[in-house]
Amino acid sequence: MLNVGKIEEGFVLDHIEAGKSLSIYHHLQLDKLDCTVAIIKNARSNKMGKKDILKVECDIDTLDLDVLAFIDHNITVNVIKDGEIVDKKELTLPKEIRNIIKCKNPRCITSIEQELPHIFVLADEKKEIYRCKYCEEKASESTSSW
Amino acid sequence: MRHLMNPLDFTVEELDRLFDLAEDIAANPSKYAHACAGKKLATCFYEPSTRTRLSFEAAMLNLGGSVLGFSDAASSSASKGESVSDTIRIISCYADICAMRHPKEGAPMVAASRSGIPVINAGDGGHQHPTQTLTDLLTIRSLKGRLGGFTIGLCGDLKFGRTVHSLIAALLRYPDIRFVFISPPELKVPDYITDQLREQGVDYEEVIRLEDSIADLDLLYMTRVQRERFFNEEDYVRLKDFYILNNEKMALARKDMLVLHPLPRVNEISVEVDDDPRAVYFKQAQYGVYVRMALILTLLEITV
Repeated sequence: MLNVGKIEEGFVLDHIEAGKSLSIYHHLQLDKLDCTVAIIKNARSNKMGKKDILKVECDIDTLDLDVLAFIDHNITVNVIKDGEIVDKKELTLPKEIRNIIKCKNPRCITSIEQELPHIFVLADEKKEIYRCKYCEEKASESTSSW
Repeated sequence: MRHLMNPLDFTVEELDRLFDLAEDIAANPSKYAHACAGKKLATCFYEPSTRTRLSFEAAMLNLGGSVLGFSDAASSSASKGESVSDTIRIISCYADICAMRHPKEGAPMVAASRSGIPVINAGDGGHQHPTQTLTDLLTIRSLKGRLGGFTIGLCGDLKFGRTVHSLIAALLRYPDIRFVFISPPELKVPDYITDQLREQGVDYEEVIRLEDSIADLDLLYMTRVQRERFFNEEDYVRLKDFYILNNEKMALARKDMLVLHPLPRVNEISVEVDDDPRAVYFKQAQYGVYVRMALILTLLEITV
């Protein structure tokens, strides 16, 4: 069993679906942060069989967690201070996501005007449906990542 | 400052006020003949649409205003690569209000977000065409005397038909409306619409033959099977003649049923029906001018 040490301040993102941690790493733009990040893939989990975990040692105000809820709101977010869990954050679906996914509708204005931000708004909270702000195309599995 | 992007941008109460104004304009056109004197409407049409553009221009001219603009992308700065955001900033310096038609969905919304003047979506691809929906609602209200308490049949291309989708969404805000969807299986109304109707407990029926349901209808909304919505010419040719409304079918309908059509028609309504007093699709075009006049006045916040 591989052991990764405790962090003093930051986040532990637990119960990430196995294989999704790198995508989250990119969406949270962790590559741009000058801090310690541990990516643990395929850790054993009683609940999930296999899971990924991300440990990020950073100031807890530096991360935009909205995007996490969009990717998978079942992720557990543990906030760490002085080496202890001080908070577990509930992830709620963001009302709007910006430049996280791209609209794939070839008839959308974003397909020809490159400088426009790709904005998706939460159209149906119950069904977790996001639609492109401009053309109302539904965000789906086929909607490409940034 | 307000824009119009989607027919649902206005509340039912706001629509009531808009339609009251449109009906007053229809009854007293001379009262409004100079209401927009000194104001300019820019018609920015990135794709040709003679009917809609002329309707907007007629509306502004009837109000005593002036019009300027372009009628296809080739004659605009878009051909030099200018963005919609930049174009609308420039147009804002030249005109007081803008009607924009664009082949890309969401383009008028981008314009509105950068504009210094009200922007009206005059059709964006297969997405929205709110002034058509307002025209349909005003026609129904003026000729039926009410919005609600009727059975409406929608016939033809219910899958790709943008006007049909918008009209259904707009009518869902009024009480006691029953929908009859008449289309070939290939052109059925999308599931998301029937799901919504079920969720809201709205009565609807899907049928294939127009003859089977025409006798139950208070309103029949015909649509064209549009060549430009098909990727495959064979499918278009096979389905385009599926429904043709003629005098024989009209004989089965109620004496007070009204036939609407967003126009242009190809051959889905036989010309012999044009003389039937129940055929109101040409009147509908006239209501289109009245509702655009009312809309221009409302967005410019001009009271007469």
